[in-house]
Amino acid sequence: MCSNNNTAIGRIVQREVWPVCAAYALVGASFGAIAATAGMPWWVAPLMSLTVFAGSAQFAALGIVLAGGGLVAALVGALVINARLMAYGFQARDALGRSRGARLATAHLITDVNTALILREHDSHRRHRLFRQAGLWIFAVWNLSVVAGLLLGDRITDTAALGLDAVLPAILFALARPHLGAPAVRRCALTGAVLAIASAPFVPPGVPVLIALVACLLEAGPSRRFRRPGARS
Amino acid sequence: MMFWLLLVAGLAGGTYALRLVGPTVGARWQPGPTVTRLLEVAPVVLLIALAATATVAGESADDGGLNPARLAGVAVGAGLAWWRAPMLAVVLGAALITAGLRAIGLA
Repeated sequence: MCSNNNTAIGRIVQREVWPVCAAYALVGASFGAIAATAGMPWWVAPLMSLTVFAGSAQFAALGIVLAGGGLVAALVGALVINARLMAYGFQARDALGRSRGARLATAHLITDVNTALILREHDSHRRHRLFRQAGLWIFAVWNLSVVAGLLLGDRITDTAALGLDAVLPAILFALARPHLGAPAVRRCALTGAVLAIASAPFVPPGVPVLIALVACLLEAGPSRRFRRPGARS
Repeated sequence: MMFWLLLVAGLAGGTYALRLVGPTVGARWQPGPTVTRLLEVAPVVLLIALAATATVAGESADDGGLNPARLAGVAVGAGLAWWRAPMLAVVLGAALITAGLRAIGLA
């Protein structure tokens, strides 16, 4: 494995974070545009982006609300997606900074990207600087692109003619794609999708995706029994 | 108005709380392998389920029903994402296929 230990933080950010920022800019702009065309108050998308700062969850909340789901369904769905941030919090714990204030502020910058990025770094000062710099880049790009998308979306009158209704599902799939490598995860995801579609006619809007979560048991059950005997260290 | 305020406040508060769990209790407690696994899998299951239902039923309650143009657009976008095309290709692919099919008269 290649070691980054001597590479300047700025270089790593340029090489690894900027390309991700480009993708997030597009996702953020789509989020803003879809929010604008969905007719929610103008301040919701930018305020949510600043205070929640979690693209997949914001998209999930938007998707559930657009489908007619209620407040509770949207909150539960989005927070389940953000539950992974809890796992990241454990991994990045030492990279958030020394002072209490720094830790509280940097915790808001926890994302998939900077958590993965610091896995290769072992010096805690470097871990902190890389984590914070990557987080700030993503934070800036995400929020600016949401506003840009919002302004753009305001000028779109016919979303169907532009095919925007196909963009939301495509982005959701693309956001999940990096995690679909393992066959077990694919099996859960496929089962969940079938459960959601099959239950949709019978339950209130927003609830089908929560029913899909039952599919997680496929993974938690067997794999646990599978792993225990072999687990050493 | 109230709905949106509650949604944003609930999401912001809940998300920040989730982010803070590790930094605050991490020295005393760590999640076990099963919990960690669930935290990894559940978001993926939910994203895919939402993608699937939004594809089949449409993203807003009033354009419901299976729509061939949208189905084709999402299929192309998802295919591009599957083979790790850039996000720009995924978004443009989905939108252009759907818009193109509609332009030639397919709903």
